[in-house]
Amino acid sequence: MHRTPLHSAHCAAGARLVDFAGWEMPLHYGSQIEEHHAVRRDAGMFDTSHMLAIDLQGAGAREFLRAALANDVARLKQPGKALYSCLLNEAGGVLDDLIVYFLREDLFRVIVNAGTAQKDLAWLEGLRAKRAPQLALRARRDLAMIAVQGPMARKRTFQAVPELRAAAEPLGAFFGAQAGDAFIARTGYTGEDGVELLVPAPQAMAIWARLADAGVRPCGLGARDTLRLEAGMNLYGQDMDESVTPLESGLAWTVALEGARDFVGKAALLEKTPARELTGLVLRGRGGVLRSHQKVRTASGEGEITSGGFAPTLATSIALARLPAGTVPGSSVQVEVRERKLDALVVKPPFVRHGESLLPKF
Amino acid sequence: MKHPDNLKYTASHEWIRAEPDGTLSVGITDHAQDALGDLVFIELPELGRKLAAEEACAVVESVKAASDVYAPVAGEVVAVNGAVVDTPGDLNKDPYASWLFRIKPAAGSAPAGLLDAAAYEKGLS
Repeated sequence: MHRTPLHSAHCAAGARLVDFAGWEMPLHYGSQIEEHHAVRRDAGMFDTSHMLAIDLQGAGAREFLRAALANDVARLKQPGKALYSCLLNEAGGVLDDLIVYFLREDLFRVIVNAGTAQKDLAWLEGLRAKRAPQLALRARRDLAMIAVQGPMARKRTFQAVPELRAAAEPLGAFFGAQAGDAFIARTGYTGEDGVELLVPAPQAMAIWARLADAGVRPCGLGARDTLRLEAGMNLYGQDMDESVTPLESGLAWTVALEGARDFVGKAALLEKTPARELTGLVLRGRGGVLRSHQKVRTASGEGEITSGGFAPTLATSIALARLPAGTVPGSSVQVEVRERKLDALVVKPPFVRHGESLLPKF
Repeated sequence: MKHPDNLKYTASHEWIRAEPDGTLSVGITDHAQDALGDLVFIELPELGRKLAAEEACAVVESVKAASDVYAPVAGEVVAVNGAVVDTPGDLNKDPYASWLFRIKPAAGSAPAGLLDAAAYEKGLS
């Protein structure tokens, strides 16, 4: 199994390790729920070094990405700006979701999921060879990644790693900047303020230790999952994969269909109206926990939960579910939980933002 | 914590304590709570419910998964610990104080195949 440059720090901290997409990663360091609360209330950090940064370098990098991605990197006008996008196949199916940073006109950085990294690299390499042979694609396994998240995340990061402060303090949301041999971006996967650090792998252990000394709590994949679910963010492989389009995955806002620009998968997306949509569910009352693959009954047919769980911030169970299109927020549905049918309310994600519940009163 | 010597255990990770009144208290073991992770939902049997031996009669759900709890013997549910329903995390903190239900064995029934602490732990390794 692959190990990140922070593996020994996780072992020393007593982490429960699990196999995640072939990587031995911390699930939690004792209590997943306490780690979740640390991020909502103060600051927590995640080892995300299993994800992969891919640099695209050369003339025409922007045009290449305009054709490769469903979102339009023409939207990236200021250096450092980031954009969330899906990478689609010709059928409009989601190969992966990613963040792309505009660093220079001849240098863009894409960060992709761990489980899809090799597939993405091969896919992008195929496109590159065909459309932009002058470009160089470089997989940056030499970088470690640490996400520091929470209302106090930036303050504690600057305390711990003061050499990042000058470059990072002015950053607005969804901007990144180079700071020496580190890259720091004001992005994340939790619905909180925070930063993501990309640092040369040999420096990762020292930075992790300094962050811990500054009061940043190590958090595992368990908390990362409940935080992103509360924030209404999809998990690739669970809420979407190649069998669905972004329009069926709550990601229409990330697909730039307007205008003449062509991109891989566009024709397929324009061809048909999606029959399903990804939306949020909140369990009414108690009676169980919503989980992926549970069946959902709606007035207009059946659907299925793609991600579900207990939301520590809300002290109830929430889910993302793929339901027949047109199931509007405020509708009541029933979820089959073991032998029971439990009532749930359809809501528009996110469920939590900046530590606060966004749920309607019911 | 681990697995106290004064309790009996099942292979399905319940602990059993014989009470002075002849009833049996049932909970989940330290190993079970540790493997499940933070518990977030608990469903207990109804008072008075008649159970067959090894019948699934309670559910403990963690952040990770749902798990059934089984009756160690045929009998009747004579008490449930409602407090753990409100604060499931107590089971993580002290699984032996956080009993789930008490069962009064049916006439002529006795639990079969219970393990002592050493045998239970041996089965874990």
